[in-house]
Amino acid sequence: MAHVIEAHADTHAHAHAHDEHEHHEETFITKYIFTIDHKMIAKQFLVSGILWAFIGGLFSILFRLQLGFPNMDMSFLKPLLGGWIEIQKDGTGALNPEFYLALVTMHGTIMVFFVLTAGLSGTFSNFLIPLQIGARDMASGFMNMLSYWFFFASSVLMFSSLFFATGPAAGGWVVYPPLSALPQALAGSGDGMTYWLLAMSLFIASSLLGSINYITTVINLRTKGMSFNRLPLTIWAFFITAVIGILSFPVLFSAALLLIFDRSFGTSFYLSEIYVAGEALHNVGGSPVLFQHLFWFLGHPEVYIVLLPALGLTSEVIATQARKPIFGYTAMIGSMLGIAVLSFIVWAHHMFVTGMNPFLGTIFMFLTLIIAVPSAVKAFNYITTLWKGNIRFTPAMMFSIGLVSLFISGGVTGIILGNNALDIYLHDTYYVVAHFHLVMGSASFFGMMAGIYHWFPKMFGRMMDERLGYLHFWLTFVGVYTVFFPMHYIGMAGFPRRYYSFTGFDAFRIFADLNMFISAAAIVTFSAQLLFGFNFFYSMFRGRRATQNPWQSNTLEWTAPLEPGHGNWEGQIPYVYRWPYDYSKPNAEADGFTDYIPQNVPYSVTKNSNLPHENDLIALEQEEMIPEDKSLVELKHIKVGAH
Amino acid sequence: MSSTTLTVEINQPSTTSAWAGGKEPMNASYGKLMMWFFLLSDAFTFSALLITYGFIRYSHDAYEGAVSAFQFSQMHWPIPEKVFASLPLLHGVNAPLIFVGIMTFVLIMSSVTMVLAVEAGHRKDREAVEKWMLWTLLGGATFLGCQAWEWTHFITGSDEGVMMDSWKYIAETKQYGWVKEVYKGASLVQNEYGPRAFADLFFFITGFHGFHVFSGVLLNALIFFNTAFGVYDKRGSYEMVEKVGLYWHFVDLVWVFVFTFFYLI
Repeated sequence: MAHVIEAHADTHAHAHAHDEHEHHEETFITKYIFTIDHKMIAKQFLVSGILWAFIGGLFSILFRLQLGFPNMDMSFLKPLLGGWIEIQKDGTGALNPEFYLALVTMHGTIMVFFVLTAGLSGTFSNFLIPLQIGARDMASGFMNMLSYWFFFASSVLMFSSLFFATGPAAGGWVVYPPLSALPQALAGSGDGMTYWLLAMSLFIASSLLGSINYITTVINLRTKGMSFNRLPLTIWAFFITAVIGILSFPVLFSAALLLIFDRSFGTSFYLSEIYVAGEALHNVGGSPVLFQHLFWFLGHPEVYIVLLPALGLTSEVIATQARKPIFGYTAMIGSMLGIAVLSFIVWAHHMFVTGMNPFLGTIFMFLTLIIAVPSAVKAFNYITTLWKGNIRFTPAMMFSIGLVSLFISGGVTGIILGNNALDIYLHDTYYVVAHFHLVMGSASFFGMMAGIYHWFPKMFGRMMDERLGYLHFWLTFVGVYTVFFPMHYIGMAGFPRRYYSFTGFDAFRIFADLNMFISAAAIVTFSAQLLFGFNFFYSMFRGRRATQNPWQSNTLEWTAPLEPGHGNWEGQIPYVYRWPYDYSKPNAEADGFTDYIPQNVPYSVTKNSNLPHENDLIALEQEEMIPEDKSLVELKHIKVGAH
Repeated sequence: MSSTTLTVEINQPSTTSAWAGGKEPMNASYGKLMMWFFLLSDAFTFSALLITYGFIRYSHDAYEGAVSAFQFSQMHWPIPEKVFASLPLLHGVNAPLIFVGIMTFVLIMSSVTMVLAVEAGHRKDREAVEKWMLWTLLGGATFLGCQAWEWTHFITGSDEGVMMDSWKYIAETKQYGWVKEVYKGASLVQNEYGPRAFADLFFFITGFHGFHVFSGVLLNALIFFNTAFGVYDKRGSYEMVEKVGLYWHFVDLVWVFVFTFFYLI
């Protein structure tokens, strides 16, 4: 353990919680604000992410009102939106079309980056990595703190841009130049875009600080016995996500810097021969397609940065609540690695209609379709884990199963869109919107919800209300399908994304009632999230007290005290003797266990349920690990207490 | 029971392996690993910029013809050794790539002195670390100074200039527009030596690299003072020298690529 202690001495010598005799007073500021405790940083990310999710969700309701009820009198929104609601000659209020674009842009930016990257990865990587691998904290608590505060600064900039007279960025979340590069192109391309770029630069710094920390922690700070093939799949997912982040975010950083220069310093990296309002610009020699290449080199891996943590959380929840070992542990890791590698070589499938050589497009189509293989492996593994399981339908489990459903129904349309011939027709239609909202947006959101419901007792020592959880699940599950499924039809009919109004074109008038239906469903789904918000904040203070291991789970975090202090375990960190999925192991009863055997239980005490090769490990563990393992004394207590 | 066959494969005994947990598997401290991963991400930042260079250069016409007959023109990408052919104080002397060669040599030598500083750190020889860090600092500062001269020369331009379209405010129309005039040197908007993209990319990429060198010099200075004040002796470890050394070598390595792209090909 020497290295762990040494590592901590470097960064925060004063914060040794594992010395149980030493008490040091923490002030409100060091405990809740500028904290270096990974658990508190995770909670900071979570609460920030939830607040952003409500803002991003509210924006979608605002533009859905416009799409579903185009002739509606929106003057009742004037107190909220002020000048963006324009009073017409007949006295009714209408949403400003440019602000409509700003709402769409900010909805995308907030959901993709602030909620599903920072809110999801930031929360659960921070919270679970040290607890599940058996570490006192992240490798560098200080950098972890910086990671949150860079995110916070980024949030402040992005949030303040909402209040500009010219509005926030409005060129779409992908901020393609020249729209984003020329302030005169769009109201939101002025200060709003400048703030967007500054906020994203800070966000990238935050993400890199976090990712570097996650990877290093997983490599260096695993407790004794926690080899890579005993890591819970959550940790594998966070690890691979962090690697993807380290390799793709810097490219967005380059793209953003070049765009900043084009906007503010007169360069022409992305611009060439442009007239705006009859006036010729001086820019020559650049190419807007270059930006798309750089952007999607991040943009596509970003999809997996969003999705993989959700899949990791789901793997853990499904195995625990189906009371079965995860099916295909190695295949799960292999498919995540496969997805990670493929995610870097498919970016141009977002650019099939940029005039790309069709032969090159075919290569990207081929690589894109290969992603279906590891994705299908994961989907089948989830289903086979559930198969004949002793399923406990907790809210977390419901959301996990919901994720599997959304992952499949959204993934299938990905195969259609990945085809470069079909994409010519479907590109930039609502079919694309339906596809990625199901497979990336909703699936990741469901994974995040599964994570919150499952690990809430570990975070706050209390349980969330289950009945509200079920209500939340069913409203959300039915809600996202009723919102996004009809969008496929609108897309197949050819209606483009980001248009302010459907009714301006004869061909799309027939969809007026379908759009009304979608908007109504979106309002119901959004309202259901208020139930969650109430449940979350109420249970944090008033929820039922949790037990130490409420889900009877195998992973290490449940061996820590109910509300762990900084340092996570009192006394020695438990050693790890087995993989995390020994659920419903045959003959476990003969060893005094029920349907789960935690990772810190040596094979020496489970001789009846051991497999032959596990019995072979007994000699090794008795020689190398058990004599040193001081936590085994406590373990006997856990063993008895578990029944 | 499908699980029973599965666990056989994955739970191989490995407590003695370096990766079995409870130790640093690569014998590298967390700080050193973090520096490596940061450099990996930074390598992708620079790669993106150099790919941008390739993309934009490929979309411009190359000069075709005898090198001796080469003339600066907006119509083709310049030959770098015709652009960078001057030395300070030796006005009018044609010395293609000599000055940048000297710059590169200085930077690479500063990497050598950095290696010596790291080696001295391993021996915990404080005076030697101070000495070699000072040389490294000098090398870095010299490189930055040379770059400042290189930029100034590039911005100032040739004696005669080139007749070309110049982006100016036109009083009659009260608008910016193109005006034919003799223009000298280069800016982010215009470039006497060739297409403006050449100047844009030159300023951006060498500037971005120069900023890295500048940060490196600051870090090296920090290390030098920490060494001089005995911080690492007190800590009993000179690992910080090694970590910053990694950064410094990386900055050197990137320069080799930047140099190749802008000056050689």
